[in-house]
Amino acid sequence: MKTQSNLEKVLAAGHFAVTGEVGPPRGSDPEVVRSKASHLVGKVDAVNVTDNQTAMVRMSSWAASLICKQMGLEPNYQMVCRDRNRLAMQSDILGAYALGLNTMLCLSGDHPRFGDHPMAANVHDIDSIQLIAMVKGMCEEGRFQGGAEISSPPKMFVGAAANPFGDPQELRVLRLGKKVAAGADFIQTQCIYDMRRFKEFMHQAVDMGLTEKTSLLAGVTPLKSGGMAKYMASKVPGMTVPDEIVKRIAGAPKDSQAQEGIKLCVEQIQELKEVPGVAGIHLMAIEWEHRAAEILELAGLLPRPTL
Amino acid sequence: MITAVRKPMAEILGYAAQFDNILLLGCNECVTVCYAGGRKEVGILASALSLAFLKEGKKLAITEHTLERQCDPEFVEELAQTIEQYDAIFSMACGCGVQTLAGRYKDKPVFPMVNTQFMGASERQGVWAERCAGCGDCVLAYTGGICPVARCSKRIFNGPCGGSTKGKCEIDPGVDCAWQLIWDRLKALGRTDLYSQIMPAKDWRTAKDGGPRRIVREDLLS
Amino acid sequence: MIDFQPVIVAFACSYCAYTAADMAGVQGFAYPEGVKIVQVPCSGKVDSLHILRALQKGADGVMVAGCLEGDCHFRNGNRRAAQRVRYVQALLEDVGIGGQRVLMANMSAGQGAVFAATASHFWETIRALGQNPAKLAASRAAA
Repeated sequence: MKTQSNLEKVLAAGHFAVTGEVGPPRGSDPEVVRSKASHLVGKVDAVNVTDNQTAMVRMSSWAASLICKQMGLEPNYQMVCRDRNRLAMQSDILGAYALGLNTMLCLSGDHPRFGDHPMAANVHDIDSIQLIAMVKGMCEEGRFQGGAEISSPPKMFVGAAANPFGDPQELRVLRLGKKVAAGADFIQTQCIYDMRRFKEFMHQAVDMGLTEKTSLLAGVTPLKSGGMAKYMASKVPGMTVPDEIVKRIAGAPKDSQAQEGIKLCVEQIQELKEVPGVAGIHLMAIEWEHRAAEILELAGLLPRPTL
Repeated sequence: MITAVRKPMAEILGYAAQFDNILLLGCNECVTVCYAGGRKEVGILASALSLAFLKEGKKLAITEHTLERQCDPEFVEELAQTIEQYDAIFSMACGCGVQTLAGRYKDKPVFPMVNTQFMGASERQGVWAERCAGCGDCVLAYTGGICPVARCSKRIFNGPCGGSTKGKCEIDPGVDCAWQLIWDRLKALGRTDLYSQIMPAKDWRTAKDGGPRRIVREDLLS
Repeated sequence: MIDFQPVIVAFACSYCAYTAADMAGVQGFAYPEGVKIVQVPCSGKVDSLHILRALQKGADGVMVAGCLEGDCHFRNGNRRAAQRVRYVQALLEDVGIGGQRVLMANMSAGQGAVFAATASHFWETIRALGQNPAKLAASRAAA
């Protein structure tokens, strides 16, 4: 075991892993985090805590992660390249580890244009792949990115994201390969609706031997309504939602669309379990944390192993 | 070239309000080529300013002149004999020209008439696009001649991010995804092997993060 | 100001509007005397600077008259003239003179009546607007 990460332990023991997600609030009330997180305690192996997602200012990822940690969850501390240079990133990583965070996720970050501070400087001192390499260097070589030795290096289980559906399609697996080469211990994917394309992606990833070197968790997001299905299909960059899925959710009676969304999500999880190379799922129940347990129960993923 | 666009008239009129006699100074270099501050734009702005003043029943004496290059002391020196007669210089050059004037004529107010934009190339008549960020350590040899620093919205060195859709950037369907362009070009060159190498974190000292930059050529010093 | 007789500078393309103005005379379609015609080889030859200089030097309005859309002798000179007219109109709004003092018109060489009607209508519009405010203010200041 390289780290104290619960996610690493679960994966190393060969369990099908489950991660969830909590978006910190746009305010300073810790109760909001506690309330969202409470639905996930004991239900997931780690919980992603987003870092100013969609470029909107929110409670800092490390602070919200710490609140989750205090509740007995294993936070997956997210860090984007948009808001900090490498000095700030490394000091935050040291601080996060000092406070007991063991798992982190390295991301580019949404462009400020999409958020509430489109006038902000768009930092990108390093990119997400360089961030993975930097964290690995800190943890495994005990060196800062600048080369100096770290007196007491952190030990992080380092993750990265992959989008099997962005363009150009032929680069999606190659770029995953670069993340793995940079040292990503685990990968969480963008939410999957197009199973056919995802399976092609996984087939290539397995062929290239990438799933031997990293643990890939397939992303799922339950569709709460026909409106959400249509939104995901048309408005989210780099996301594909097949027509039959939009039709299935939007076509259900209004008062049972949510139930249909949960049913679909459970079916997707069951299908994903059988896809070679998939080591777990990442359940992003956006503002629907209270329904996560129900989905996981129906998918036969509860209880979670305690290691 | 360095590109620029004229400042809003309201801002220019605000600068002009306090003066009676100005030198409106164009530059024959980049700002001429991008139609922002050459001889013709000097004429257009002079007419517009003069109309605005006349309408208010005031008079602004405007001397129109265009230097070969405002960013070069040799050409800026040309003004030494006549500069005294003006209350202020309204420069239509890029920021480099404005500062060369300010450095040479220390007691003369100088105002910028354009907003300097970026180092770019002309895509077609009337359209200019950013091509170079002047980062001081060119990587174009590895990226198929397409710059990720200047042309990727997140200046990603190991792209593309997940937001690349049908060759376009997630921030705007009018913006090409630089990494799509890079990939297409690497394929055309038969150099897709370059993509698989991880490009290491950049040393930004060669860019402006290392402090204001300077080039000294010993062989050329006088 | 009843006796205000506007001065309009009409840049007229020699392939259409200039001939049309001629035709107007021949065919007996009158237009005001204050419309001063400047022959240009193509409306695309008219620069923003020409329009502004005309106004700066005292014209009350400027009309750019080119060929019918799609009929430019030089392919797209009239389209470019229209773009420049829009640019100058915006600039004139910004300096408080008003964009309506500049007009883009299109016609064919045979349309003498169109030239006369367009020029007369524009002249009336400018007459209603009043003197070029720049010129007016300058003359008041002088008085």
